[in-house]
Order: sequence, then C-alpha cells, then structure tokens
Amino acid sequence: MTSVSETAAAPGTRQIAGLSLTRWRAIGIVGFLAAACVLPFFLSNYHNLQLATVVIYAIALMGLNILTGFNGQISLGHGAFYAIGAYTTAILTTKFGVPYWATVPVAGVICLVVGFLIGLPALRLEGLYLALATFALALATPQLLKFKPLDPWTGGVQGVLLRRSASNPPWGLPLTRDQWLYFLCLAIAIPMFWAARNLIRGRTGRAIVAIRDHPVAAETMGVNIAIYKSAAFGVSALYTGVAGALGAVVVGFVAPESFPLFLSLSLLVGIVVGGLASISGAIFGAIFIEFVPNLSDELARSIPAIAQWLLGFTPSVAEQAATAAQWTIYGLVLIAFMYAMPTGVAGFIRLLWSRLARGFGEGG
Amino acid sequence: MISRRRLLQTSAVSAAALAARGVPAWGANAPGVTATEIKIGQTMPYSGNASAYGTIGKVELAYFKMINEQGGINGRKINLISLDDGYSPPKTVELVRRLVEQEEVAFLFQTLGTPSNSAIHQYCNDEKVPQLFVATGAAKWNDPKGHPWTMGWQPNYQTEAKIYAKYILANKPNAKISILYQNDDFGKDYLIGLKAGLGDKFERMVVKEASYESTDPTVDSQIVTLQGSGADTHVTAAIPKYAAQAIRKIYDIGWKPTHFLTNVAISVGSVLQPAGLEKSQGIISADYRKDTSDPRWKDDAGYKQWLAFMQKNLPDADLKDNNYPYGMMCAMTMAQVLKQCGDDLSRENVMKQAASLKNLEMPMLLPGITINTSATDFAPIKQMQLQRFDGKSWELFGDVIGG
Amino acid sequence: MAAFLHQVFSGLATGGIYASVALALVMIYQATHHVNFAQGEMAMFSTYICSSLIGWGLPYWIAFLLTLVIAFLGGLAIERIVVRPVEKAPVLSVVIVFIGLLVIINSMAGAIYSYTQTSFPSPFPSDAWYASSYINAHEVGSIVVTLAVLVLVYAFFRFTPLGLAMRAAAQNPVSSRLVGIRVGWMLGVGWGLAAAIGAVAGMMAAPIFFLDPNMMGSILLYSFAGALLGGIDNPWGAVIGGFAMGVLENLAGAYLVGTEIKLSVALIIIVGVLVARPSGLFGRQLVSRV
Repeated sequence: MTSVSETAAAPGTRQIAGLSLTRWRAIGIVGFLAAACVLPFFLSNYHNLQLATVVIYAIALMGLNILTGFNGQISLGHGAFYAIGAYTTAILTTKFGVPYWATVPVAGVICLVVGFLIGLPALRLEGLYLALATFALALATPQLLKFKPLDPWTGGVQGVLLRRSASNPPWGLPLTRDQWLYFLCLAIAIPMFWAARNLIRGRTGRAIVAIRDHPVAAETMGVNIAIYKSAAFGVSALYTGVAGALGAVVVGFVAPESFPLFLSLSLLVGIVVGGLASISGAIFGAIFIEFVPNLSDELARSIPAIAQWLLGFTPSVAEQAATAAQWTIYGLVLIAFMYAMPTGVAGFIRLLWSRLARGFGEGG
Repeated sequence: MISRRRLLQTSAVSAAALAARGVPAWGANAPGVTATEIKIGQTMPYSGNASAYGTIGKVELAYFKMINEQGGINGRKINLISLDDGYSPPKTVELVRRLVEQEEVAFLFQTLGTPSNSAIHQYCNDEKVPQLFVATGAAKWNDPKGHPWTMGWQPNYQTEAKIYAKYILANKPNAKISILYQNDDFGKDYLIGLKAGLGDKFERMVVKEASYESTDPTVDSQIVTLQGSGADTHVTAAIPKYAAQAIRKIYDIGWKPTHFLTNVAISVGSVLQPAGLEKSQGIISADYRKDTSDPRWKDDAGYKQWLAFMQKNLPDADLKDNNYPYGMMCAMTMAQVLKQCGDDLSRENVMKQAASLKNLEMPMLLPGITINTSATDFAPIKQMQLQRFDGKSWELFGDVIGG
Repeated sequence: MAAFLHQVFSGLATGGIYASVALALVMIYQATHHVNFAQGEMAMFSTYICSSLIGWGLPYWIAFLLTLVIAFLGGLAIERIVVRPVEKAPVLSVVIVFIGLLVIINSMAGAIYSYTQTSFPSPFPSDAWYASSYINAHEVGSIVVTLAVLVLVYAFFRFTPLGLAMRAAAQNPVSSRLVGIRVGWMLGVGWGLAAAIGAVAGMMAAPIFFLDPNMMGSILLYSFAGALLGGIDNPWGAVIGGFAMGVLENLAGAYLVGTEIKLSVALIIIVGVLVARPSGLFGRQLVSRV
C-alpha cells in the first residue's frame, strides 16, 4: 500500500511542503513560545490569570505524565503533591517570611523526597491496587491538612492567606500583577519542560519507558526497577509540587477545601485527554481542564436562549437546565473526546501527521 | 449526530446571547449599572459536597426574576449572575475575578462558603468591590474597620454556641457535655463558641469531642463513641444529612442526653421526620427563622407570603428545605438596600445603604427579630431565640437573645 | 464492653453496604476486567427511580423488582452504547469515559431530584424481632440481603453456563469467540447484572445513609478498598473485605486515633495489607510466564 518512493525513503525523513518533521516541530515550538510571550499584553487581567493557571496545570500534568504516561504507574492522588507544594509556599511565606519565589524550589525538593518515599511501598502495587492506594492518598489529604497538631502551621480549617502585595512585579517593571505572575510561571515552566524532554530522550527515559512496556525484559537488561520506579514517583511529585507552589501564589489562599478529590481526577483527565506519554500532551491537557468547565457553563447558560430560538418559547426544563447542565455537558464532552481521540490530542496530532505525510509521500 | 450546520447555528446563538448581557455604564455608578439594569454576581456550590446549598442560589434567582417582572427597583432590572464554584476556593477566586473584571458586576451578593469568601476577602477589599451578605455564619465578617467592603447576614455560629453554653451553665451546671461537629470551619466554630461560652469550665465539662468529614457516609460510629464517654448533654453541629443520622442513632442506642442542635439542621420535614419525630422529641435549638415545615406557622401572615412566593415561582421545590426562606430573605434585604440607594448606585453608596438598615422586618424571621446595621455594626441579624421540639413542632421559650 | 460491641455491630451494619457495592464492583470486574467508577452513581440513580415509583403509589417490593429490571436494562444499554466505542482503547481512556459517566449521572440526579437529602423506606419493620439496641432491623435485613446476593453471584459464576461464558469472555475474548461465545453481549449482560446488584446496594443503603445525589460517592471508596482488600476477582473476598472496612473504620476512630484522622489511618492499614499481599487477602496470585 505504501508507494515505492516511500519505502525507498529512510524513516524520519517524511516531509510536508519540503520540511521534515523535526523542522516543523521546531517551527511549532518557536511560534508557540513567541505567542506565549506576546499574548499577555493583548489580554485582560482575568485572561492572564487563566493563562497563568494553564501554565501551572501544564507543569503539574508534565509531572503526572512522567509517572503515569511514561512509566505506567497509575496515580489518582497527585492532588496530594499539589497540596504539599501549595502549603509549603504558604507556610514559608507567612510564618517564616521567605520570599515567595524562593519557596518554589523548596516545595519541589520536599515533594521530591515525599514522592520518592511514597514510591517505595508503591513498588509492590500494580495497576488497580496502585490506583486505589493513590486514590486513598487523595482522599486522605484534606483530612490530614486539618489535623489539629499541625494547626499552628496549616491554619487548620481556616487555611492560610498569602499577602497579595507580596507578589507584585519587582524592580518597578511596567507589568500588571497578573502579567508578572504569568511570566514567572512561564519562566519556571520552560526550563522544567526542557529538562523533562532531556530526561525522556536520555537513558533514564528509555529505562522508564522500558519498565512500563516490559518490566521483565528491562530487568534482564540490567535496569534497576526499584530505583527507577521510585525516582519516577519522586520526579513526578517534584513537578506537581512546583505547580502547587505557584498555584498558591497566584490564588493567594490555601485551605483543605482547595484540594478535593476532583483535583486529582482532573489531573488524570488532563493527561489522558492531552495525550499520555507526550510532552505537548501536558499543554493540551492543561488547556482542556482549565477552559472546558467554563465553556460547559457558558453553553449551559445559553440553553434557554437556544430553546427560545429553536422552539419559540422557553420551557421550564430549559431554565432548570441552565443552572444544572454544566457538568452534564462537561461529562459529554469528556466522553466525546475519548471517542474521537482515544490517544489524546497529542496522539491525534501524531496520527494526523502520519496521514498527511503519507499522503504527500505518495503524491510525490 | 449533530450536523455541522446545527453546531454553527448553536454557536452563533450562544455568542449572541452572551453579547446581549448588557453594556456597562461608567461614571459615578458602579460598573454593571445602566439606566435599565443592575448586574450583580455570586458564586454558589451547585456541584460537589456542598451542593445542597445550591438551592439558595436558585431561590435568589427566582426572587429577582419576580422583582423584574414587577418592574424592577427604581426602574432597573436586577441581573444576578450565579456561577458554580464547587466549594473550591481556587475556583471561587477565578470566578470572582471573572465576575468583577470580565462581567463587570456592580458588586457581589451572597457568595457562599467560609473558605470561598476567605479566599476573596482581600481581593474585594483591595479592589473596593462590595462583598455583601456573604452566605456563611463565620464570625469574621463583622469587621467594618479592617474590611469595610465585606458584610455578613446571618447570626454567626459562635454566637449560637455561646447561647447553648449559657443555657447549660444556667440550667445544668454539672453537665457532662459531648459534641459532634463537622470537621470544617462551620463545625469548629461551634467548638470555639462553646469554649468561649463555658470559659474555664470548658475543660471540666466537655468530656468528648468527635468530628466527621463531609465525605463520610455515616456518623453512627462517632455517636457510639460519644455515648461511651458518659456524657449527659450533647451538641450536634452537623449539616442536615448527618444530623438526621445522629438523632436516629442516639435514640436507637438508648442514649437520652439533653440534645442541642445547630439551627442549620432544624427542619422538621427534611431532618426530624426522616430521623423519626418521636426520636427528635426534646431537642433544643436557637434560631432566627420560622421553620417551613412547622405546623404552628400555618396561618402566619409571613409564612403565607413566603408560601405564595414559592408556589408561584418555584412550584417544583421541596418546601421542607429551610434554604428557601433564607435565600428569599437575603434577596429581600438586597432589594431593600438597592431601593434605599435610589439613583446613586456607586459602590460607596451601596455599602453605605447596606450599613443603614433599621428595624427591617422579614416574613420568615421569628417575631421580635429584625435586621439592623450601622457604620460600626456589620452584622444584620444578631438575635436568636431558644426553642424546643415537642414531637410535632418547635416551641419557642425564653426571650429573644442578643441585639 | 458494651461500647466495643456497639462499634463492632455498627461497623458490620455499614460494612454490609460496603460489601454489597463491592460485589457490584467484583461483578463488573469479572465480566469486563474494568473497574467502573460510575457504579456508585448508577446505584444512586436506580434508588431515586425506585423512590419515584414508590411515590407514584407502587408497593415497595413491586417497585424494588421493577427497579432491578430497569437497572439491568440501563446497565446493558450503557455498555452497548457508551462503552462499546472505546472497548479497544487504552485502559486509561476507558477510565476517563467512566469518569465522564460519573459526572453526567451525578449531575442529572442533582438536576432532576435536587440535592436536598430525602428519606427512603425500609422493607424491614422497625420493631422486628431481630432488632436490638446494637443494630436496628433494617441494618440486620440489609446484611442478610447482601449475603443472599453474594451466594447468588457466586453460584451464578461457578455453576451456570452463562456465568462461565461471561468469565471466559472477560479473560480471553479471542478464544471465547472461537468457541462461539458472543463476547459483546456477555459484556453487556455483565454490566446489566452489576447495575442490578448496585441498585440493591443503593436501596439497602438509602434508609441508613439518607438518599442524596452524593450518597454513594463516599461509600464507593470504602467499597473499592474492601473489594481490593479481599481480592477483586473473588466475590467472597470482596464481601469479607467490605465488612472488614466497616468494622476497621469504626474501631480505628473509636480506639486508635480518634475521628479526626480515622479515614487516613484506615487507608494506611489497607495499603499496608496490600503491600504485604498485593492481590488482596483472598485474591488469586497471578503468575505470569516470562
């Protein structure tokens, strides 16, 4: 079915419009970064807040993807690491006066250690059982945050308020607070993504993926499964912890209610919808989990207007649906995404690419 | 299968509907105020564990719809934008910023939840956006000096707990007290209030505390533990579902303490009846509202006014839910404030009028209880009255306390 | 001593509910090798349907049986319509579909029935001879019902040709097709049966926990934990696991650490057990050839 010209070409040199995959990817990345740097100046403060949240989710999703996508260990409990990162920042800034930007690496290191320690017993658990254990972690987190002996630090049920003015743009930069925070998140995200990319492409990444695909063969090849799996847990927690720390700065408030089970589920939804085992998947996933709930809400609110236009009147069912349908629509969108793109957005793009490239290849 | 044409048409209609929301006017008036409309915003937990409170948003939307049908206030219709934050503070922050910065509402009304309001407390006061009649019973909203743009509405939980403490000290000074509380700011406020009310006797009198999470299926185990402590007086600071479980279990295991119940869970229809009316006999509570399913208010003028409103505007609603009169009265208070504003709808004047409510009566407030605010008093309702359940309805006793 | 007995019996009562939901999870797992996260919501929705039927005047047991039929058909329909398109997709994509289902069903229940909790009738009279101050009549009745369902499920899988066919279809769809088993319909029937079992669990749970759209959410974790504790492929194990969860939760809260962190402690214990025996207490150890 492939034409002679394609079988003759070496793999990896498929081209569209004269440029190879690697070239297109480079153009894509440069264009994307350029847009990311310029966009905030054209958007309102509220939208910049949303953009910052997308970047934060992207970092968290990158972390989860390292563990679940590349290493095959299912985690339904990453909300716990997000919470640890957030509370670390909150406690350090309010109780110890540490400047907020300095707390971010501390949050990362703490989560690295905690993640590694959790990764150790997780070595014994597979698939469903690991999912349950991490699910339990996600549920236990709000309760542990309310534990009385920890109250003097965590603020107990009242939570911790971070001073907004502490995170104003420094050095008199002509930026609004939201623009500054967005650029800060971006400045942290870019090297972290670059590091993740190198990790995945290198020996460690190959070992991690090998463990996912065929643990027995990997062990035979000399890969120390225990160390790599626990390390994957630790690194994954580090990323999510950094995201949590940035989240605390952007939102300005942490409380046990800020980290419900739904957060952990959203992170999982994010990497699957974005694309497992893919770096760009983290970005697509972040866009999905930030915007689709809001869009579902907008759509739900328009139901009475749509009914009016379709039927000429607004049945009371439509009025009720306006306030109640948001999550039904969200669920439907989720399922629709899985039907259309079972390998996520990134997987879908990969599929599109190979179809396009093949089409061009045959056409000559 | 949705055809592409239908999808495009739908998007167009949605876009048109969104655009038609209103053009803000500038000048002395707050954003969101035009000659014909006042746009206000709120966040409510329509999903998640606290979704039972979502009915408050529903009834407020219905009340303003009714007002609009009657011509609005001073010629302006009220457009309440009610968004779902799922009781998650980060979501609340995002939605409130959307309401204030993108939808450009005049002010916030009845944002619900203590953590949610804590998260936006600083923002609203920094940006000078009125955060009016917040739907929480925490004690910290009455702070005109430190936070002049935030105001609560209902009497706070600590005050209620202090009333119970005072009653116990006066009538049962040697009581051994146990408490079941929800492990969040709502439940813990009762613990704090009890401590404040009992003073140094707290250590000696309170023999056991037990908490539960709003994600727990049942509180039966906690009740058994509390009985085991030998307490003869018990305080339940739980939301309706768990309060009903607690009442039933206390009766089933043969424990007969003097039982104090938070007024959040006193509904005869949705709490006491499911638990069992005979099992609820003797329970004491302190409230400021008339309970909707209490037969004693059948012929009361205020009750009939509320009932007529519900039957006309929310005919499918479960009338036993006490959130309905609560929401209606908050909306009525808001309407009164807007009426007092006249044509000056600047944010400063809205706050000023909210702090100038004098002896305002409401249909579902207990007789003798009125709404009062001033420049130094940001607690609209401070009074409560003790009542005891006699197996059929709530018998008020004692005087109206507080004020 | 009395307090201890109270705690144990109380634990058995709630454990009975966890056990029955765990059974539904085991049923779904044995039939499809997937854990359906939307199981609890389906059970809750079935209970609301029963509540509506009773509200329209049907006597309890008629409404009960009718609900079982509706639940079965509903489960079957969901499998054929919603799950079928992603049967071949990666495991996590299917999990996302389940999460989507969970969100939709929960949201619809809230929209149709509102979030205020309501009571649900119990078929067991409250002054029955088997009631006591330790455990009330309905709780005893629901434990008996759970055990009856357990026996039926076990007998079904072990002794009936249909049960055997379902297990084969889940374990090895390719070979099953070769011997003439209609794998697609086996999956559908599996979902239907699981939905019916879930409906029973919901109708037993509602009188104890009070019916609201979020009722099953909290139960699901304990049932999931119980099912895994006992072994996800073993109905007896799942039921024992469910009872164990109930008692463990109560005792941990009363005697070990107090109610503030009893959830966390119970979960740590489970994780501990799983680390010691990764396939659950009574699950089959899977040995894979290299």
